[in-house]
Amino acid sequence: MEKGSSSSATGSMQPTPSRPPPGSAGPLAWARKNLFSSPLNVALTVLGVWIIWTSVSAIYDWAIVRAVFTGSDGSACAKDGSGACWAFIAAKLDQFTYGRYPEAERWRANLTMALGALGLAGLMIPGVPRKGWVAVFTLFVFPIIAYFLLTGGSFGLKAVETELWGGLMVTLVVAVVGIVASFPIAVLLALGRRSQLPIVRYASVGFIEFVRGVPLITMLFMASVMLPLFLPDGVTFDKLLRALIGVALFEGAYLAEVIRGGLQAIPRGQYEAADALGLSYPKKMGLVVMPQALKLVIPGIVNSFIALFKDTSLVLIIGIFDLLGIVQQAVSSDARWFSPSTPLTAYVFAGFVFWIFCFGMSRYALWMERRLGNGQQR
Amino acid sequence: MIRMLKAMLAAVLVTGLAAAPAMAADSTLKKVKDLGKLSCGVNTGIAGFSAPDDKGNWSGLDVDVCKAVAAAVFKDASQVKYVPLTAKERFTALQSGEIDLLSRNTTWTMSRDTSAGLTFTGITYFDGQGFMVNKELGVKSAKELSEASICVQTGTTTELNVADYFRQNGMNYKPVVFEKLPETIAAYNAGRCDVFTSDASQLYSVRLTLGKPDDHIVLPEVISKEPLGPAVRQGDPQWANIVRWVFFALVNAEELGITSKNLDEMTKSENPEIRRLLGQEGDYGVGIGLENDWAYQAIKAVGNYGEMFSRNVGAESRLKISRGQNALWRDGGLQYAPPIR
Amino acid sequence: MAAQREKVAAQHSGAVPRSFADVLYDPRSRGLLLQALLVAAIVLLGYEVVSNATDNLQKQHIASGFGFLEHTAGFDISQSLIAYTNTSSYGRAFWVGLLNTLLVAALGVVLATAIGFIVGIARLSSNWLIARLAGVYVEVLRNIPPLLMLFAIYFAVLKTLPAPRDSIALPFHSYLNVRGLSVPSPVWQEGIWWVVAAFLIGLCAALLIWWLSARQKVSTGRTIAGAGWIGAAMVVVLPLLAFFAFNQPVVFNTPTIGRFNVTGGLTLLPELVALLGGLSLYTAAFVAEIVRAGVQGVSKGQKEAAVALGLSAGQVMRLVVIPQALRIIIPPLTNQYLNLTKNSSLAVAIGYPDLVHVFAGTVLNQTNQAIEVILITMAVYLTISLVTSVLMNWFNARMALVER
Repeated sequence: MEKGSSSSATGSMQPTPSRPPPGSAGPLAWARKNLFSSPLNVALTVLGVWIIWTSVSAIYDWAIVRAVFTGSDGSACAKDGSGACWAFIAAKLDQFTYGRYPEAERWRANLTMALGALGLAGLMIPGVPRKGWVAVFTLFVFPIIAYFLLTGGSFGLKAVETELWGGLMVTLVVAVVGIVASFPIAVLLALGRRSQLPIVRYASVGFIEFVRGVPLITMLFMASVMLPLFLPDGVTFDKLLRALIGVALFEGAYLAEVIRGGLQAIPRGQYEAADALGLSYPKKMGLVVMPQALKLVIPGIVNSFIALFKDTSLVLIIGIFDLLGIVQQAVSSDARWFSPSTPLTAYVFAGFVFWIFCFGMSRYALWMERRLGNGQQR
Repeated sequence: MIRMLKAMLAAVLVTGLAAAPAMAADSTLKKVKDLGKLSCGVNTGIAGFSAPDDKGNWSGLDVDVCKAVAAAVFKDASQVKYVPLTAKERFTALQSGEIDLLSRNTTWTMSRDTSAGLTFTGITYFDGQGFMVNKELGVKSAKELSEASICVQTGTTTELNVADYFRQNGMNYKPVVFEKLPETIAAYNAGRCDVFTSDASQLYSVRLTLGKPDDHIVLPEVISKEPLGPAVRQGDPQWANIVRWVFFALVNAEELGITSKNLDEMTKSENPEIRRLLGQEGDYGVGIGLENDWAYQAIKAVGNYGEMFSRNVGAESRLKISRGQNALWRDGGLQYAPPIR
Repeated sequence: MAAQREKVAAQHSGAVPRSFADVLYDPRSRGLLLQALLVAAIVLLGYEVVSNATDNLQKQHIASGFGFLEHTAGFDISQSLIAYTNTSSYGRAFWVGLLNTLLVAALGVVLATAIGFIVGIARLSSNWLIARLAGVYVEVLRNIPPLLMLFAIYFAVLKTLPAPRDSIALPFHSYLNVRGLSVPSPVWQEGIWWVVAAFLIGLCAALLIWWLSARQKVSTGRTIAGAGWIGAAMVVVLPLLAFFAFNQPVVFNTPTIGRFNVTGGLTLLPELVALLGGLSLYTAAFVAEIVRAGVQGVSKGQKEAAVALGLSAGQVMRLVVIPQALRIIIPPLTNQYLNLTKNSSLAVAIGYPDLVHVFAGTVLNQTNQAIEVILITMAVYLTISLVTSVLMNWFNARMALVER
């Protein structure tokens, strides 16, 4: 650095500026440039400081200073002027996590979550060896293990009906199953929509546009009150399973559009090259086009999963107790914890849990985008 | 791709065709026996009628009906799969065969009995719609409720009754309607409405979940008839008979003084009515496709109707509802079971 | 059978005789086969569904058909834009729900756009603090389920408002309490139509003047002096004159605090406020990101060129940046509007009487005709989506033409 600048300085016959002119660097200069460059800017800065000060102090006051951290019922929280009722969250944490899953069997839920987290970490962290096997484990083996672990009824495990499931566990089950099950649906639909065959194309377009045109709630209503009437006499699905079908179809249509975007971005030459090699359609798509297209749209896929994760909360409307559902239930029907601040505390807690997951995923998408962007530039 | 489509097609064929004829002809009793579990539709949570504790054990009057039927069929009251249902889902769940017995504080009405594919088998609780208000308002009668905001749960007879009542009395009101009970309670709690209306039994149950139960009173007016009872699918008389007579057996047991405690002594009784009920004489159980100790098993599991009532909603419970219309006919109530003969 | 097909195929392909395997591996015939299979599968599935449904309904004597729409509803609805009582029909209840959905969607779109543009512009602000605050808004709100926001606003925030008897009194006889915001409602008297007519006449006249002025500017470069003010005056003064000429044909129904509620006047229900607030705050986070991307998407050269032409900062924004940014912004923005409309169905959780709550909720429950009711509901949302898409395509086509 020193050397380069001196050589250029000698060229122009000017003295080397050893440091920037006074007032153009350092925190003060930064503040002048970014916060106080004009009267309007000064006013905005004051406004910003005011917003931060009032909100942070209000939150600090509510969540820490006036908050109730311990207690075995709501009487402490019911006192005038008390803030967040964290004792309520502490007392209900188990219920919020597992619903009514039998206590003795909760290790199964924990084990499932741990396995899932492990598989997911293996998939998401680049540089993990044998990625293919990790993918096979996470996408194919893990769901099977999770199914047997959670429902039980075989391998000497006690059967646990899905009616007892609840809380964060159900939220994760709905989200993960939605993600895994919607993926093949989405790939098929995306390929169908780009197909040369008119009937295949119209069928895919029709399905995608139909699903994307209606709210998820109506899909869930359809799954919960209409689907049973469509099945032959005597054939019934579990309620949670019906909701999962609704969610997977819904997510499939949205994801299909994301994947279609990726397919469209693959240059024609790739298709032609595959054709020239004499590859069949499945091989062309599976080995040449799809891998490239999917890699391109990873951020889009993650974003669509974030949307799905938030949407899982809708299952409470059809009476499945996901995290939000069980929070709502606990808030409204536990007289022992009745206090004016209980509901807000509970919603803030649930919101924070959802936020952590969604924000984490969105950061991952952003990071992935940058990484992929670098790869493309090379 | 072709392979995948073929697989999909095969899956459709298998689920669509192969499964259909296998079960269609079976009776509900056979289906329940084959499965080894009674699938029973209950409320998602209403104390005294059907509510799970934190560990997932269900209890309540409606739940006891499920248990009694399971005991009569399997000799084991624990062989019940409880399916919590919202008001909206309850009939579809029964129609589609997801549940075999709906015991979810459901009012017996003509349209439900005739055009919703249900058969009601009896009245386990004679109820009526009432109003609950905060004491602070100083309301003494429902007639004073003009212009009040009323929280009500949708999809119920309640919603229609309240409209009728106010129209009939020339009063206005502001409905605040929710899909599910937790939201309805939360809204009443938040002061969104002055009045909570529902079946009176439910009002007592909801009152317990409010912060200070004593701050709220249930008004004296009862504005409707709400006979609550279990329902089964239409078109299976045998199954309807089982559910109907299991409940009658519980009522008859109370009338005859049989309780879960003196049950075994009672089997030695000389009283022919008791002997018939407990299967010592006659083949009444076989007549409905069960064994002759069906009533014995049911009573052993949940006690007689009086015990059931007292344990879940009556004197021994937190709800403390008096027997009222639900007393036996000889005590001035409406519970009356045909004789087993 | 196979031989026959082979023969037919051979005839079609002309001179070269082809084996069965050739036909099987010919992409064209493969495509036909695949499509035939798909059609068969769809038809089979459709047949299965329909026959099962009719079977189930018939066997259990469940009513079916659309006749129920004529029956008396028998329940009340808390907010209705058209006349409705509990003696109206289920069909009427459907319209009440649909209009309520459209109302909340329309208001939500306006609010979300306003908040979203402010936050989006703030994110691009040269003021570091403001840009960061806007960033925090976006990152927090778009990562929380909208349903949870509705619950929090409706059940927790609302709770802090006073009971009706302790209402907060606002100017103009308005009251704010836990039951909503009550404002005086105008009751139109005879003669109001003259005022409306005067307004329309004024508007037409103003438009004419503005158009003439614009035409003159194109041909001579000068506008008609004071055209803007004259037009504006016409829109305002004419109806005012008519208003006083016809003896002020309006009285106000002011709300008063009653025993239970504030009665009279117009009440903005808390359900509507909560739904509107939740949906617009949530959607605004997405709108902000779209606006940011749109403005950043306009190339720097455009701005520099505009400055070089001597346009003022405001003109650069108004004439150069915004028209180009809009082209990027509008398609995703429409998507967000559609999402907001679909999300308005969350109303069902907080008791706002929208289409899903009234029709797919109460009506479904009372009639037990799940299939008909849900199909109608889905058809309505589908229609809204498709109509919007068609309009969007038309709009995009126009925009693309302008570009040339």
